[in-house]
Amino acid sequence: MNTSVPPETIMLLAALLFVLGITGVIIRKNIIFMLLSVEIMLNASGLAFIAAGAKWTQPDGQVMFIFILAMAAAEVSIGLALILQIYHQHKSMDIDRLKEMNG
Amino acid sequence: MDSIFYLTAAVSVFATLMVITRHNPVHALLYLIVSLLSLSVIFYLLGAPFAALLEIIIYAGAIMVLFIFVIMLLNLGKETAKQEKEWLKPRIWVGPAFLSLILFAELFYLIYTSAPETNSAIQTVDSKMVAVSLFKPYILAVELAAMLLMAGVVGAAHIGQHKKSNLHRFLKERDNL
Repeated sequence: MNTSVPPETIMLLAALLFVLGITGVIIRKNIIFMLLSVEIMLNASGLAFIAAGAKWTQPDGQVMFIFILAMAAAEVSIGLALILQIYHQHKSMDIDRLKEMNG
Repeated sequence: MDSIFYLTAAVSVFATLMVITRHNPVHALLYLIVSLLSLSVIFYLLGAPFAALLEIIIYAGAIMVLFIFVIMLLNLGKETAKQEKEWLKPRIWVGPAFLSLILFAELFYLIYTSAPETNSAIQTVDSKMVAVSLFKPYILAVELAAMLLMAGVVGAAHIGQHKKSNLHRFLKERDNL
């Protein structure tokens, strides 16, 4: 049940997953895929917290993971509501269609 | 045990890679669920069984179901897959991706050549320790998370409602613009 994998390797895995999430946000133009990539990034940061908590045998890492989970749930509900609204107004999932927001 | 970790890590990286390259949203969602499950196995190997359970129950169980509901509501199918295929041409992203891969390989090399030899076996942090820590020093943060979730529910209900525009019948053509 317990591994002797060095913590650096787990942090590298978390970094790799985070980079994959950033890549997803950059290369996709569909809003749903961008939201999925944000989820991947949140998961990677949760993995980093858990790995740190496991290294020091402290529960704080898992506490932070629970907070990340709660934040992800709130973020997904708001994001999906926004996606539904955007789809109803623009009839498209293309992020470039939102240029009129002048962001 | 180490081989299990490396196998699971490979599965999670591969599944995540498939998530960001699929054209069909439902296929991407399936791969994302596989990635979440493999991360949950990694949490278990790291001695965090409570977080592993939460990952499966809340992430793979609840949040992914929300995504599936929205994809079903929007009825995204073959047209979306075709559109994504047009948007994601290889020659656009191959160059930067290759250069970034070189940088990442350098990062791996640097960390592995200078890693200190402090390998201590990982102990399990069970749910009792997490709960005591969560409801004693972090109680304020729990209250704040509850308020955040409340704001999320109210915000989603407010954003998600359809506004019916009551326009004069002569002005209704402007809706289609």
